[in-house]
Amino acid sequence: MAQPLSQITSLPLPLLRDNVDTDQIIPSREMKSTGKTGLAGGLFAGWRYIGTSGREPDPAFVLNNPRYAQSEVILAGRNFGCGSSREHAVWALAEFGFRAILAESFAPIFAGNCVRNGIVPIVLEADAIAAISVSDAPVTIRLDEQDVTSADGQRWTFAIDAEAKAMLRHGLDAIDLTLQQAQRIAEWQGCDRAARPWIYLEETA
Amino acid sequence: MRSTPRWRPPLSEPLTLFDRIWRSHVVASLEGGADLVAIDRIFLHERTGAAALNALAAAGRKVADPARVFAVTDHIVDTRPGRTDQTLMPGGQAFIAETRAATQAAGIRLFDVNDPDQGIVHVISPELGIVLPGATLIAPDSHTCTQGAFGALAWGIGSSEAEHAMATGTLRLKKPGTMRVTFSGTLPALVTPKDMALALIARYGAGGGAGHAVEFAGDAVRALGMEGRMTLCNMATEFSAMTGMIVPDEKTFAWLEGRRYAPAGPAWDAALAHWRTLISDAGARFDREIEIDAGTLAPMISWGTSPEHAVGIDQCVPEDAPQRALDYIGLEKGTSLRGIRIDAAFIGSCTNSRLSDLRQAAALLRGKLVADGVKAICVPGSSRVKREAEAEGLDRVFVEAGFEWRESGCSMCFYAGGESFGHGARVASTTNRNFESRQGPNVKTHIASPATVAASALAGCLADPREIT
Repeated sequence: MAQPLSQITSLPLPLLRDNVDTDQIIPSREMKSTGKTGLAGGLFAGWRYIGTSGREPDPAFVLNNPRYAQSEVILAGRNFGCGSSREHAVWALAEFGFRAILAESFAPIFAGNCVRNGIVPIVLEADAIAAISVSDAPVTIRLDEQDVTSADGQRWTFAIDAEAKAMLRHGLDAIDLTLQQAQRIAEWQGCDRAARPWIYLEETA
Repeated sequence: MRSTPRWRPPLSEPLTLFDRIWRSHVVASLEGGADLVAIDRIFLHERTGAAALNALAAAGRKVADPARVFAVTDHIVDTRPGRTDQTLMPGGQAFIAETRAATQAAGIRLFDVNDPDQGIVHVISPELGIVLPGATLIAPDSHTCTQGAFGALAWGIGSSEAEHAMATGTLRLKKPGTMRVTFSGTLPALVTPKDMALALIARYGAGGGAGHAVEFAGDAVRALGMEGRMTLCNMATEFSAMTGMIVPDEKTFAWLEGRRYAPAGPAWDAALAHWRTLISDAGARFDREIEIDAGTLAPMISWGTSPEHAVGIDQCVPEDAPQRALDYIGLEKGTSLRGIRIDAAFIGSCTNSRLSDLRQAAALLRGKLVADGVKAICVPGSSRVKREAEAEGLDRVFVEAGFEWRESGCSMCFYAGGESFGHGARVASTTNRNFESRQGPNVKTHIASPATVAASALAGCLADPREIT
């Protein structure tokens, strides 16, 4: 379960590329165990390190720029998180310390995975992303107010589903919430079983 | 005398296929506008299956209905002949062993390494009648949208959602918008569903479907067989759509009849009557509409590092190509795609590894030889596809042409630290992703149809299948 999240102030790490896919965020070769941890070292491994097997930082990649060492926010382009559904991409980002991503758009599976792991996926217009990039200064993200403000007083609002907002704001466990409706689910399945008996299978193992 | 108007039920509003399936699965409406949606089928694989099942068990939760959860070893299982649990991926064996243990403990049917029904999840699920029209099906794999070809609502999710669905039989979802992509006209010869998908994504962007569930419609879609429909729906995730789907028809029903987990006897008749209601009504409104004339399409080839970086095989690298993608792929603006030398050719993946794909490639390869220096590999999508291909003698066509003929699995569609084509190799591939290093360190992937990849393997360079004689 993720930590509740209400406000973040951070210098955004600029990663202004379109279509940053989850193979780049965490290459498959870095998913070495069946667990959900130990992934931060593999975050952006293909861009972050020189060569493919070593761990020598590539100074040209922004994640290795000391200026952004404390960044908790990523500033991105279009269709961030496209490709593989691997939740390891979000686990790696969260483990590294990121708590929000500002992008022009997100791939849907990735955005869902963010919400389940305490990272806020925030969609902003291209001009807002550009303005934040140009100022290269800390921004404050407030979840209750659904806004992003810059130190020089610019303010952008963002939309977020009420469900996702509540999950992030209170660090809720979705399974616990849904299990409160167990009776209703059972009743629904009872009716559905009568209407669509072919959906319900005998033991298959 | 005036008659009293009789009460009539309000005319039901026209619905899309997506709306029909969604509405029939809403268990409850949640605060904040999301719905609690019933999930009919869940499919796990060995790459992430153990993680989800172990997390569930660690939280003291149970799989609510294990009979409706299936699992398969496809992602990192070896595809070389005579395989065991050993894989070239460092630590890969543990993923297989832990998935085997976790599924057994949970009472979930696993199609294991050497099970005759083993294969890529989105190939075997239809083969076994696990996906059905009107069903909701999820898997922790982005290409689950493949199965929308059967008029199901099928989509990829992460591990947390897999856990949620297994524990509760539901997901909490915000309903997406709807989009209809209509392919009118008739596909020209040697232009395939893969080319339809790549043309759509090239035209409207890799994010073009974001926020929408896509229905593929039109004469060119109706004319496709089930396998071609699967290829088209498979690429919906590369369009960033929630899913792709096609209204089920007689082809769909005939394809499913007699499959192992499909209904049989009176249950089949009842199911069939229900499935025939799964249409998009004539007046149904979609939030977005796109129309493409299939008759104008050409075989497509990717030139960059996103599926949106694709053009007709007879075109050049566009003048507005982003420099970053060109630096990676090692091409310049204005370069003709046809004639670019390749080091390898790969036919396989959940996109293009079914019997019709292999037949299409074999028809071009028959009696010819792969060009010198080209490493060529064919990986059937399932053990069943492999057997059926061998029964037709397709394996001999591939092997005699110079292809390796493998056991089924995801294989070299992605690189997990094991097998690859060699550092920086240039590959013509029937897979779905041309991302940086997707198929191995610095591997330059050009995605295309089986016909285009087969033609390229013969020519030793990217080639137009229409020019192979």
